[in-house]
Amino acid sequence: MRTRALGAVLVKGGLVGGLAGCGGTQSALDPRGPAAATIADFSWILFAGAAVIFIGTMALAAYGVLLPDRTKGVPPIRFILWGGLVFPGVTLLVLTVATAMVGNAVDFRTHPEEPLRVTVVGNMFWWEVVYPDLPGGPLVTANELRIPVGRPVEVTVTTRDVIHSFWVPALHGKMDLIPGRMNRITLIASEPAILRGQCAEFCGEQHAWMALFVVALDPAEFDGWIARQQAVPEPPDPADEQLVRGRTAFLEAGCGTCHVIRGLAEGPYAAVGQLGPDLTHVGSRLSIGAGVLPNGVGPLAAWIAGVQDIKSGARMPSYSTLDGETLTALARYLESLK
Amino acid sequence: MGRGPLRIAATAVLGLSGCVALAACGDGNAVQGNREVAGGEAARGKAILTANTHGCGGCHTIPGIPNAHGTVGPPLHGMALRGYVAGRLPNDPGNLVRWISGPQEIDPRSAMPDTGITTAEAAHVAAYLYTLRDIPK
Repeated sequence: MRTRALGAVLVKGGLVGGLAGCGGTQSALDPRGPAAATIADFSWILFAGAAVIFIGTMALAAYGVLLPDRTKGVPPIRFILWGGLVFPGVTLLVLTVATAMVGNAVDFRTHPEEPLRVTVVGNMFWWEVVYPDLPGGPLVTANELRIPVGRPVEVTVTTRDVIHSFWVPALHGKMDLIPGRMNRITLIASEPAILRGQCAEFCGEQHAWMALFVVALDPAEFDGWIARQQAVPEPPDPADEQLVRGRTAFLEAGCGTCHVIRGLAEGPYAAVGQLGPDLTHVGSRLSIGAGVLPNGVGPLAAWIAGVQDIKSGARMPSYSTLDGETLTALARYLESLK
Repeated sequence: MGRGPLRIAATAVLGLSGCVALAACGDGNAVQGNREVAGGEAARGKAILTANTHGCGGCHTIPGIPNAHGTVGPPLHGMALRGYVAGRLPNDPGNLVRWISGPQEIDPRSAMPDTGITTAEAAHVAAYLYTLRDIPK
Protein backbone atom coordinates (compact mmCIF):
# COMPACT_ATOMS: atom_id res chain seq x y z
CA MET A 1 0.00 0.00 0.00
CA ARG A 2 2.90 2.30 0.72
CA THR A 3 4.41 1.77 -2.71
CA ARG A 4 0.97 2.35 -4.21
CA ALA A 5 0.66 5.75 -2.57
CA LEU A 6 4.22 6.45 -3.66
CA GLY A 7 3.29 5.52 -7.21
CA ALA A 8 0.49 8.04 -7.18
CA VAL A 9 2.77 10.72 -5.82
CA LEU A 10 5.31 9.85 -8.51
CA VAL A 11 2.94 9.88 -11.40
CA LYS A 12 1.74 13.27 -10.26
CA GLY A 13 5.25 14.32 -9.26
CA GLY A 14 6.44 13.41 -12.73
CA LEU A 15 4.06 15.98 -14.11
CA VAL A 16 4.79 18.71 -11.63
CA GLY A 17 8.46 17.86 -11.13
CA GLY A 18 8.99 17.66 -14.87
CA LEU A 19 7.81 21.23 -15.17
CA ALA A 20 9.67 22.49 -12.12
CA GLY A 21 12.73 20.86 -13.61
CA CYS A 22 15.34 21.41 -10.95
CA GLY A 23 14.61 18.79 -8.31
CA GLY A 24 12.85 15.58 -7.53
CA THR A 25 12.77 12.34 -9.40
CA GLN A 26 13.66 13.39 -12.92
CA SER A 27 16.40 15.97 -12.86
CA ALA A 28 19.97 16.01 -14.12
CA LEU A 29 20.63 18.67 -11.49
CA ASP A 30 19.58 16.36 -8.65
CA PRO A 31 21.96 13.44 -9.32
CA ARG A 32 21.57 10.07 -7.55
CA GLY A 33 24.56 8.34 -9.09
CA PRO A 34 28.24 9.02 -9.81
CA ALA A 35 27.80 9.53 -13.56
CA ALA A 36 25.01 12.07 -13.19
CA ALA A 37 26.95 13.76 -10.37
CA THR A 38 30.03 14.17 -12.59
CA ILE A 39 27.89 15.47 -15.44
CA ALA A 40 26.09 17.89 -13.09
CA ASP A 41 29.38 19.19 -11.64
CA PHE A 42 30.78 19.73 -15.12
CA SER A 43 27.57 21.47 -16.18
CA TRP A 44 27.86 23.90 -13.27
CA ILE A 45 31.46 24.70 -14.29
CA LEU A 46 30.23 25.36 -17.82
CA PHE A 47 27.36 27.56 -16.60
CA ALA A 48 29.68 29.55 -14.34
CA GLY A 49 32.37 29.90 -17.01
CA ALA A 50 29.81 30.96 -19.62
CA ALA A 51 28.39 33.52 -17.18
CA VAL A 52 31.85 35.00 -16.48
CA ILE A 53 32.68 35.21 -20.20
CA PHE A 54 29.28 36.73 -21.02
CA ILE A 55 29.57 39.36 -18.30
CA GLY A 56 33.18 40.13 -19.28
CA THR A 57 32.24 40.57 -22.94
CA MET A 58 29.30 42.81 -22.09
CA ALA A 59 31.50 44.88 -19.75
CA LEU A 60 34.07 45.39 -22.51
CA ALA A 61 31.31 46.34 -24.96
CA ALA A 62 29.87 48.83 -22.47
CA TYR A 63 33.32 50.25 -21.84
CA GLY A 64 33.87 50.75 -25.56
CA VAL A 65 30.50 52.42 -26.09
CA LEU A 66 30.51 54.62 -22.97
CA LEU A 67 34.16 55.66 -22.99
CA PRO A 68 35.15 55.76 -26.67
CA ASP A 69 38.10 58.10 -25.99
CA ARG A 70 39.79 55.57 -23.70
CA THR A 71 39.58 52.72 -26.21
CA LYS A 72 40.24 54.68 -29.38
CA GLY A 73 43.95 54.04 -29.16
CA VAL A 74 43.67 50.24 -28.97
CA PRO A 75 44.27 48.65 -32.39
CA PRO A 76 41.30 46.40 -33.40
CA ILE A 77 43.65 43.65 -34.52
CA ARG A 78 44.73 43.15 -30.91
CA PHE A 79 41.11 42.50 -29.84
CA ILE A 80 40.53 40.13 -32.71
CA LEU A 81 43.77 38.25 -32.09
CA TRP A 82 43.46 37.84 -28.30
CA GLY A 83 39.72 38.01 -27.78
CA GLY A 84 38.59 36.35 -30.99
CA LEU A 85 41.23 33.68 -31.58
CA VAL A 86 43.57 33.00 -28.66
CA PHE A 87 41.01 33.11 -25.84
CA PRO A 88 38.26 31.02 -27.53
CA GLY A 89 40.89 28.68 -28.95
CA VAL A 90 42.44 27.95 -25.56
CA THR A 91 39.02 27.74 -23.85
CA LEU A 92 37.60 25.32 -26.41
CA LEU A 93 40.74 23.20 -26.32
CA VAL A 94 40.53 22.92 -22.53
CA LEU A 95 36.81 22.11 -22.76
CA THR A 96 37.39 19.45 -25.41
CA VAL A 97 39.91 17.70 -23.18
CA ALA A 98 37.66 18.13 -20.12
CA THR A 99 34.64 16.76 -22.00
CA ALA A 100 36.63 13.70 -23.07
CA MET A 101 37.73 13.21 -19.46
CA VAL A 102 34.15 13.51 -18.19
CA GLY A 103 33.06 11.08 -20.89
CA ASN A 104 35.64 8.59 -19.65
CA ALA A 105 34.75 9.16 -16.02
CA VAL A 106 31.08 8.34 -16.60
CA ASP A 107 31.79 5.28 -18.72
CA PHE A 108 31.68 2.35 -16.32
CA ARG A 109 32.51 -0.36 -18.88
CA THR A 110 35.85 -0.92 -17.21
CA HIS A 111 34.34 -1.02 -13.71
CA PRO A 112 35.99 -3.88 -11.78
CA GLU A 113 32.69 -5.21 -10.48
CA GLU A 114 30.71 -7.61 -12.69
CA PRO A 115 27.66 -5.66 -13.89
CA LEU A 116 24.04 -6.73 -13.68
CA ARG A 117 22.91 -7.07 -17.28
CA VAL A 118 19.55 -5.69 -18.35
CA THR A 119 18.02 -5.24 -21.79
CA VAL A 120 15.56 -2.41 -22.35
CA VAL A 121 13.49 -2.66 -25.52
CA GLY A 122 11.61 0.41 -26.75
CA ASN A 123 8.09 0.06 -28.10
CA MET A 124 5.55 2.67 -29.14
CA PHE A 125 4.94 3.76 -26.30
CA TRP A 126 6.32 1.63 -23.49
CA TRP A 127 9.49 -0.08 -22.31
CA GLU A 128 10.14 -3.78 -22.05
CA VAL A 129 12.70 -4.62 -19.37
CA VAL A 130 14.51 -7.96 -19.51
CA TYR A 131 16.98 -9.40 -16.99
CA PRO A 132 18.56 -12.07 -19.23
CA ASP A 133 21.13 -13.75 -16.98
CA LEU A 134 19.67 -14.19 -13.54
CA PRO A 135 20.47 -17.41 -11.68
CA GLY A 136 16.77 -18.37 -11.71
CA GLY A 137 16.36 -17.78 -15.46
CA PRO A 138 15.45 -14.67 -17.46
CA LEU A 139 12.87 -12.25 -16.15
CA VAL A 140 10.68 -9.98 -18.27
CA THR A 141 8.81 -6.99 -16.92
CA ALA A 142 7.78 -3.58 -18.21
CA ASN A 143 8.04 0.14 -17.59
CA GLU A 144 9.98 -0.35 -14.41
CA LEU A 145 13.71 -0.96 -14.04
CA ARG A 146 14.68 -2.11 -10.56
CA ILE A 147 18.39 -2.09 -9.82
CA PRO A 148 20.61 -2.77 -6.80
CA VAL A 149 22.29 0.25 -5.24
CA GLY A 150 26.05 0.49 -5.81
CA ARG A 151 26.38 -2.21 -8.45
CA PRO A 152 26.99 -1.29 -12.08
CA VAL A 153 24.01 -2.10 -14.28
CA GLU A 154 24.80 -2.55 -17.96
CA VAL A 155 21.69 -1.56 -19.85
CA THR A 156 21.58 -2.76 -23.45
CA VAL A 157 19.02 -0.74 -25.34
CA THR A 158 17.30 -1.53 -28.59
CA THR A 159 13.89 -1.01 -30.19
CA ARG A 160 11.11 -2.97 -31.90
CA ASP A 161 9.88 -0.05 -33.95
CA VAL A 162 11.17 3.51 -34.28
CA ILE A 163 14.10 5.31 -32.67
CA HIS A 164 13.62 6.07 -28.98
CA SER A 165 16.06 7.36 -26.41
CA PHE A 166 16.60 6.02 -22.89
CA TRP A 167 17.15 8.82 -20.41
CA VAL A 168 17.16 8.68 -16.64
CA PRO A 169 18.48 12.18 -15.91
CA ALA A 170 19.25 11.53 -12.24
CA LEU A 171 21.57 8.62 -13.17
CA HIS A 172 23.20 9.29 -16.54
CA GLY A 173 23.00 10.89 -19.96
CA LYS A 174 20.88 9.70 -22.87
CA MET A 175 21.37 6.60 -24.98
CA ASP A 176 19.49 6.17 -28.24
CA LEU A 177 17.52 3.03 -29.08
CA ILE A 178 18.26 2.35 -32.74
CA PRO A 179 16.49 -0.35 -34.78
CA GLY A 180 18.83 -3.27 -35.39
CA ARG A 181 21.48 -2.02 -32.98
CA MET A 182 22.35 -2.83 -29.40
CA ASN A 183 23.63 0.28 -27.61
CA ARG A 184 24.96 0.06 -24.08
CA ILE A 185 25.01 2.40 -21.13
CA THR A 186 26.13 1.45 -17.64
CA LEU A 187 24.28 2.99 -14.71
CA ILE A 188 25.21 3.10 -11.05
CA ALA A 189 22.77 4.36 -8.41
CA SER A 190 24.43 5.58 -5.24
CA GLU A 191 21.38 5.53 -2.96
CA PRO A 192 17.95 3.91 -2.77
CA ALA A 193 15.57 6.05 -4.79
CA ILE A 194 12.60 6.01 -7.10
CA LEU A 195 13.47 7.93 -10.24
CA ARG A 196 11.62 8.74 -13.40
CA GLY A 197 13.05 8.25 -16.85
CA GLN A 198 11.60 9.39 -20.11
CA CYS A 199 11.85 8.68 -23.81
CA ALA A 200 14.06 11.48 -25.08
CA GLU A 201 13.66 11.07 -28.83
CA PHE A 202 10.32 12.01 -30.35
CA CYS A 203 8.74 8.70 -31.34
CA GLY A 204 5.08 9.40 -32.09
CA GLU A 205 1.93 10.82 -30.60
CA GLN A 206 2.37 9.36 -27.10
CA HIS A 207 6.09 10.10 -26.84
CA ALA A 208 5.45 12.36 -23.86
CA TRP A 209 3.77 9.51 -21.95
CA MET A 210 6.55 7.01 -22.56
CA ALA A 211 7.94 7.08 -19.06
CA LEU A 212 9.89 4.54 -17.07
CA PHE A 213 10.47 4.30 -13.35
CA VAL A 214 13.89 3.31 -12.07
CA VAL A 215 13.78 1.91 -8.55
CA ALA A 216 17.18 1.62 -6.86
CA LEU A 217 16.98 -0.86 -3.99
CA ASP A 218 19.34 -2.14 -1.32
CA PRO A 219 20.93 -5.32 -2.73
CA ALA A 220 19.07 -7.64 -0.31
CA GLU A 221 15.77 -5.97 -1.14
CA PHE A 222 16.60 -6.24 -4.83
CA ASP A 223 17.22 -9.99 -4.52
CA GLY A 224 13.87 -10.36 -2.73
CA TRP A 225 12.13 -8.45 -5.50
CA ILE A 226 13.75 -10.64 -8.18
CA ALA A 227 12.62 -13.79 -6.34
CA ARG A 228 9.05 -12.51 -6.10
CA GLN A 229 9.01 -11.50 -9.75
CA GLN A 230 10.38 -14.84 -10.89
CA ALA A 231 7.67 -16.73 -9.03
CA VAL A 232 4.69 -17.81 -11.11
CA PRO A 233 1.57 -16.20 -9.62
CA GLU A 234 -0.71 -18.55 -7.68
CA PRO A 235 -4.14 -19.06 -9.28
CA PRO A 236 -6.81 -17.09 -7.41
CA ASP A 237 -8.55 -18.62 -4.41
CA PRO A 238 -11.55 -20.54 -5.86
CA ALA A 239 -13.73 -19.01 -3.13
CA ASP A 240 -13.13 -15.53 -4.57
CA GLU A 241 -15.53 -15.73 -7.48
CA GLN A 242 -14.69 -12.27 -8.77
CA LEU A 243 -10.98 -13.06 -9.08
CA VAL A 244 -11.69 -16.40 -10.76
CA ARG A 245 -13.99 -14.62 -13.16
CA GLY A 246 -11.31 -12.02 -13.86
CA ARG A 247 -8.77 -14.71 -14.67
CA THR A 248 -11.18 -16.46 -17.04
CA ALA A 249 -12.11 -13.14 -18.62
CA PHE A 250 -8.44 -12.37 -19.29
CA LEU A 251 -8.17 -15.55 -21.34
CA GLU A 252 -11.58 -15.43 -23.01
CA ALA A 253 -11.41 -11.77 -24.01
CA GLY A 254 -8.19 -12.53 -25.85
CA CYS A 255 -5.87 -10.48 -23.65
CA GLY A 256 -3.37 -13.34 -23.83
CA THR A 257 -2.94 -12.75 -27.54
CA CYS A 258 -0.86 -9.67 -26.77
CA HIS A 259 0.15 -10.12 -23.13
CA VAL A 260 2.05 -12.70 -21.15
CA ILE A 261 0.97 -13.84 -17.69
CA ARG A 262 3.36 -16.65 -16.86
CA GLY A 263 1.61 -19.89 -15.98
CA LEU A 264 -1.80 -18.71 -17.21
CA ALA A 265 -3.33 -21.16 -19.68
CA GLU A 266 -6.59 -23.05 -19.83
CA GLY A 267 -8.18 -25.09 -22.59
CA PRO A 268 -7.43 -23.44 -25.93
CA TYR A 269 -6.31 -20.19 -24.27
CA ALA A 270 -2.87 -19.15 -23.09
CA ALA A 271 -1.45 -15.79 -22.07
CA VAL A 272 1.65 -15.85 -24.23
CA GLY A 273 1.33 -12.83 -26.55
CA GLN A 274 4.42 -10.80 -27.30
CA LEU A 275 2.92 -7.53 -28.55
CA GLY A 276 2.19 -5.78 -25.25
CA PRO A 277 3.84 -5.58 -21.83
CA ASP A 278 4.30 -8.74 -19.75
CA LEU A 279 1.61 -8.58 -17.04
CA THR A 280 2.78 -11.45 -14.82
CA HIS A 281 3.17 -9.16 -11.81
CA VAL A 282 1.45 -6.03 -13.08
CA GLY A 283 -0.15 -5.43 -9.66
CA SER A 284 3.29 -4.84 -8.14
CA ARG A 285 4.20 -1.97 -10.45
CA LEU A 286 4.18 1.69 -9.55
CA SER A 287 2.20 2.83 -12.56
CA ILE A 288 0.30 1.56 -15.56
CA GLY A 289 0.46 2.65 -19.17
CA ALA A 290 4.16 3.62 -18.89
CA GLY A 291 3.57 6.27 -16.26
CA VAL A 292 0.22 7.65 -17.42
CA LEU A 293 -1.80 6.46 -14.38
CA PRO A 294 -0.95 5.26 -10.90
CA ASN A 295 -1.61 1.57 -10.33
CA GLY A 296 -4.84 0.30 -8.73
CA VAL A 297 -8.16 -1.36 -9.49
CA GLY A 298 -9.75 1.92 -10.60
CA PRO A 299 -6.99 2.96 -12.98
CA LEU A 300 -6.73 -0.59 -14.37
CA ALA A 301 -10.45 -0.70 -15.15
CA ALA A 302 -10.23 2.76 -16.68
CA TRP A 303 -7.24 1.70 -18.75
CA ILE A 304 -8.85 -1.52 -20.06
CA ALA A 305 -12.12 0.16 -21.03
CA GLY A 306 -10.72 3.52 -22.08
CA VAL A 307 -7.12 3.18 -23.25
CA GLN A 308 -7.80 5.38 -26.21
CA ASP A 309 -9.21 8.16 -23.98
CA ILE A 310 -6.21 7.98 -21.69
CA LYS A 311 -3.40 7.39 -24.19
CA SER A 312 -4.75 7.68 -27.70
CA GLY A 313 -2.47 6.05 -30.20
CA ALA A 314 -1.37 3.32 -27.79
CA ARG A 315 -1.43 -0.01 -29.59
CA MET A 316 -4.23 -1.41 -27.38
CA PRO A 317 -7.91 -0.90 -28.25
CA SER A 318 -10.42 0.28 -25.63
CA TYR A 319 -12.29 -2.76 -24.31
CA SER A 320 -15.53 -1.02 -23.37
CA THR A 321 -17.28 -3.98 -25.00
CA LEU A 322 -16.78 -6.00 -21.80
CA ASP A 323 -19.82 -6.01 -19.52
CA GLY A 324 -19.49 -4.26 -16.19
CA GLU A 325 -19.02 -7.35 -14.06
CA THR A 326 -16.32 -8.68 -16.36
CA LEU A 327 -14.48 -5.37 -16.44
CA THR A 328 -14.37 -4.97 -12.67
CA ALA A 329 -13.40 -8.63 -12.22
CA LEU A 330 -10.59 -8.27 -14.75
CA ALA A 331 -9.28 -5.12 -13.09
CA ARG A 332 -9.31 -6.79 -9.68
CA TYR A 333 -7.59 -9.90 -11.04
CA LEU A 334 -4.78 -7.85 -12.61
CA GLU A 335 -4.37 -5.81 -9.44
CA SER A 336 -4.04 -9.06 -7.48
CA LEU A 337 -0.96 -10.06 -9.51
CA LYS A 338 1.57 -8.70 -7.05
CA MET B 1 -49.19 63.37 -1.52
CA GLY B 2 -50.31 61.58 1.64
CA ARG B 3 -50.32 58.36 -0.28
CA GLY B 4 -46.71 58.90 -1.33
CA PRO B 5 -44.96 56.78 1.30
CA LEU B 6 -47.52 53.99 0.87
CA ARG B 7 -47.03 53.95 -2.86
CA ILE B 8 -43.28 53.90 -2.45
CA ALA B 9 -43.55 51.03 0.02
CA ALA B 10 -45.89 49.11 -2.29
CA THR B 11 -43.58 49.66 -5.25
CA ALA B 12 -40.64 48.54 -3.19
CA VAL B 13 -42.43 45.37 -2.10
CA LEU B 14 -43.49 44.62 -5.66
CA GLY B 15 -40.04 45.35 -6.94
CA LEU B 16 -38.39 43.19 -4.32
CA SER B 17 -40.69 40.24 -4.89
CA GLY B 18 -40.03 40.64 -8.59
CA CYS B 19 -36.29 40.47 -7.92
CA VAL B 20 -36.70 37.37 -5.79
CA ALA B 21 -38.83 35.70 -8.45
CA LEU B 22 -36.33 36.62 -11.13
CA ALA B 23 -33.45 35.40 -9.01
CA ALA B 24 -35.20 32.08 -8.58
CA CYS B 25 -35.88 31.85 -12.31
CA GLY B 26 -32.39 33.02 -13.25
CA ASP B 27 -30.96 30.07 -11.40
CA GLY B 28 -32.47 27.55 -13.75
CA ASN B 29 -30.19 24.93 -12.27
CA ALA B 30 -31.91 24.91 -8.88
CA VAL B 31 -30.50 22.35 -6.48
CA GLN B 32 -33.07 20.07 -4.92
CA GLY B 33 -32.26 18.63 -1.55
CA ASN B 34 -29.20 18.53 0.62
CA ARG B 35 -25.80 18.95 -0.99
CA GLU B 36 -23.73 19.41 2.17
CA VAL B 37 -21.32 16.52 2.60
CA ALA B 38 -20.37 15.98 6.23
CA GLY B 39 -16.57 15.95 6.54
CA GLY B 40 -16.11 16.75 2.87
CA GLU B 41 -13.88 19.55 1.63
CA ALA B 42 -14.26 20.43 -2.04
CA ALA B 43 -10.65 21.61 -2.37
CA ARG B 44 -9.30 18.32 -1.05
CA GLY B 45 -11.67 16.44 -3.34
CA LYS B 46 -10.34 18.39 -6.27
CA ALA B 47 -6.77 17.51 -5.25
CA ILE B 48 -7.65 13.80 -5.06
CA LEU B 49 -9.26 13.90 -8.50
CA THR B 50 -6.35 15.83 -9.96
CA ALA B 51 -3.80 13.35 -8.60
CA ASN B 52 -5.97 10.65 -10.19
CA THR B 53 -4.84 8.20 -7.52
CA HIS B 54 -7.95 6.08 -7.99
CA GLY B 55 -8.22 6.55 -11.74
CA CYS B 56 -11.53 8.49 -11.64
CA GLY B 57 -10.59 10.70 -14.57
CA GLY B 58 -9.72 7.66 -16.65
CA CYS B 59 -13.41 6.84 -16.99
CA HIS B 60 -15.21 10.10 -16.23
CA THR B 61 -15.05 13.53 -17.77
CA ILE B 62 -14.93 15.80 -14.72
CA PRO B 63 -15.19 19.57 -15.18
CA GLY B 64 -12.28 21.44 -13.63
CA ILE B 65 -9.99 18.42 -13.47
CA PRO B 66 -7.06 18.33 -15.92
CA ASN B 67 -6.78 15.09 -17.90
CA ALA B 68 -10.17 13.84 -16.71
CA HIS B 69 -11.61 13.25 -20.17
CA GLY B 70 -12.77 9.63 -19.88
CA THR B 71 -15.72 8.39 -21.88
CA VAL B 72 -16.02 4.97 -20.22
CA GLY B 73 -18.48 6.18 -17.57
CA PRO B 74 -20.89 9.12 -17.53
CA PRO B 75 -19.57 12.68 -17.51
CA LEU B 76 -19.96 14.30 -14.10
CA HIS B 77 -21.17 17.75 -15.18
CA GLY B 78 -23.87 19.19 -12.95
CA MET B 79 -23.58 16.54 -10.23
CA ALA B 80 -25.19 19.01 -7.80
CA LEU B 81 -28.36 18.86 -9.92
CA ARG B 82 -28.66 15.18 -10.78
CA GLY B 83 -31.71 13.34 -9.55
CA TYR B 84 -30.12 9.93 -9.21
CA VAL B 85 -26.70 8.43 -8.63
CA ALA B 86 -25.81 5.36 -10.69
CA GLY B 87 -29.35 5.32 -12.02
CA ARG B 88 -30.75 3.94 -8.77
CA LEU B 89 -29.87 5.94 -5.66
CA PRO B 90 -31.50 9.31 -4.92
CA ASN B 91 -28.72 11.89 -5.19
CA ASP B 92 -27.93 12.87 -1.63
CA PRO B 93 -24.59 13.14 0.16
CA GLY B 94 -24.88 9.80 1.94
CA ASN B 95 -25.70 7.90 -1.24
CA LEU B 96 -23.08 9.66 -3.33
CA VAL B 97 -20.34 8.90 -0.81
CA ARG B 98 -21.53 5.28 -0.54
CA TRP B 99 -21.48 4.92 -4.30
CA ILE B 100 -18.02 6.43 -4.74
CA SER B 101 -16.47 4.37 -1.96
CA GLY B 102 -18.15 1.04 -2.68
CA PRO B 103 -20.10 0.81 -5.94
CA GLN B 104 -19.86 -3.00 -6.06
CA GLU B 105 -21.87 -3.39 -2.84
CA ILE B 106 -24.68 -1.33 -4.37
CA ASP B 107 -24.53 -2.74 -7.88
CA PRO B 108 -22.32 -5.78 -8.46
CA ARG B 109 -23.04 -5.59 -12.18
CA SER B 110 -21.70 -2.07 -12.51
CA ALA B 111 -18.57 -1.47 -14.53
CA MET B 112 -17.40 0.82 -11.76
CA PRO B 113 -15.00 -1.08 -9.51
CA ASP B 114 -14.29 -0.63 -5.83
CA THR B 115 -11.19 1.47 -6.29
CA GLY B 116 -10.00 1.30 -2.70
CA ILE B 117 -10.86 4.96 -2.09
CA THR B 118 -11.58 5.56 1.61
CA THR B 119 -14.90 6.92 2.88
CA ALA B 120 -13.13 10.09 4.00
CA GLU B 121 -11.62 10.62 0.55
CA ALA B 122 -14.99 9.83 -1.05
CA ALA B 123 -16.58 12.56 1.09
CA HIS B 124 -14.05 15.10 -0.22
CA VAL B 125 -14.66 13.98 -3.79
CA ALA B 126 -18.44 14.18 -3.28
CA ALA B 127 -18.04 17.71 -1.88
CA TYR B 128 -16.16 18.68 -5.03
CA LEU B 129 -18.74 17.06 -7.31
CA TYR B 130 -21.47 19.06 -5.54
CA THR B 131 -19.75 22.25 -6.66
CA LEU B 132 -20.50 21.24 -10.27
CA ARG B 133 -23.71 22.93 -11.38
CA ASP B 134 -23.15 23.61 -15.07
CA ILE B 135 -24.68 21.36 -17.67
CA PRO B 136 -23.43 21.95 -21.22
CA LYS B 137 -26.38 23.24 -23.23
